[in-house]
Amino acid sequence: MAKTDVKVLGAWPSPFVMRPRIALNLKSVEYEFLEETFGSKSPLLLQSNPVYKKIPVLIHQDKPICESLIIVQYVDEVWASGPSLLPSDPYDQALARFWAAYIDDKWFPSVRGIALPQGEEGKAELMVQVFEGLALLEDAFDKCSQGKAFFGGDKIGYVDIALGSFLGWLKATEKMNNVKLLDETKNPNLVGWAERFCSHDAVREVMPETDKLVEFAKMLRARFKAPAS
Amino acid sequence: MAEDKVQLLGYWGSPFALRVKWALKLKGIQYEYLEEDLPNKSPMLLELNPVLKKVPVLVHNGKPLAESLVIIEYIDETWTHNPLMPKDPYDRAKARFWAKFADEKCVPATMSSFTKSGEEKEKAEKEARENFKTLESALEGKPFFGGEGIGFLDIAIGWLGIWARLVEEIAEVTLIADDYMPVLSKWFKDFLELPTIKEALPPRDKLLVHNKGFREMLMGGST
Repeated sequence: MAKTDVKVLGAWPSPFVMRPRIALNLKSVEYEFLEETFGSKSPLLLQSNPVYKKIPVLIHQDKPICESLIIVQYVDEVWASGPSLLPSDPYDQALARFWAAYIDDKWFPSVRGIALPQGEEGKAELMVQVFEGLALLEDAFDKCSQGKAFFGGDKIGYVDIALGSFLGWLKATEKMNNVKLLDETKNPNLVGWAERFCSHDAVREVMPETDKLVEFAKMLRARFKAPAS
Repeated sequence: MAEDKVQLLGYWGSPFALRVKWALKLKGIQYEYLEEDLPNKSPMLLELNPVLKKVPVLVHNGKPLAESLVIIEYIDETWTHNPLMPKDPYDRAKARFWAKFADEKCVPATMSSFTKSGEEKEKAEKEARENFKTLESALEGKPFFGGEGIGFLDIAIGWLGIWARLVEEIAEVTLIADDYMPVLSKWFKDFLELPTIKEALPPRDKLLVHNKGFREMLMGGST
């Protein structure tokens, strides 16, 4: 398939953009990465995602697909001859979808909330939520991996991609707020998994460096800082 | 299929349980319905959905699943006759996209127009209307989102035809404006008139009372 058949519109700091890129890498599909300029949205982005105007967008044979996890499922279904990202068993597949939805709808918002300006009490409450979530995910890893390296078993799968894409921001949040979120004593499964995930061929090149993310976050904070009252 | 045991934990007033009921009915699946006495969650519910502690929960041969849209896709994958999801990957992506849009955009705005007042309410009402209008474009000139017949997206969104209208009545707002979105308005009517769909609907007067009470509680009992 010609390289220009597949395009990903995105930006390097976005965990959501990582997801389709990891999926395409796992399927060994060549694609063109079109980096959006921070602070502005390209005409192509506005045209391909008029509803949300957000990245990532996958453009395949001129057809746009939006929403990162929906894109990952699309990639899995179109390039079916490559290694499968979702389990073949309907129940395991449903569990994978459940955990990915949990990660996006419940867990990550708590992580992101820690970085927002707030009092110590608010932050402490969010940290509790993050830890509770990690405990659930630690347990989920046990059940999904069945003793293997990833949530998906021997190879990276849907839940690995969903959770793993947040590892960069998780580490950056730890650094910026001087907290430890992913802890060997509390989450030994996840710590081991995180190392394996980040060092995987399909992930390494698209996972942003923690320091770069910290710099980026500082830049965002400065840019959106409210004027002193 | 040999001795399949299917149970659904639900709540009569839950649109999310209704979505799953519709999917089960469309597939002709025999199931045992277990009504939860919300807010007194049963030990069974807490055991089967320890993460979110919510209905609906589908239990198939002892294995529990939560999250209505996840459940519906599971039903579709397991009982493959009368398919609900489209076959083509691009169409599947579109169906999932619009179901997510409805849940993430139409629903919160509808809820806000239901529970807020003054300027916030007006803003939410406008936002909800615009989001419904956007949804209309997904029909793409077909009678149903599933094409000639109903499918995944119809049952994912159809409940709003009841609940949004209840919000309109109780909170005195306009969300599904017939003249602004005639095609969507017609689709809601046609969908809800289908026998399989209509039979599963909870009684409207009961829903009205229930949601009026719900609103009072959320608004802190203000008149």
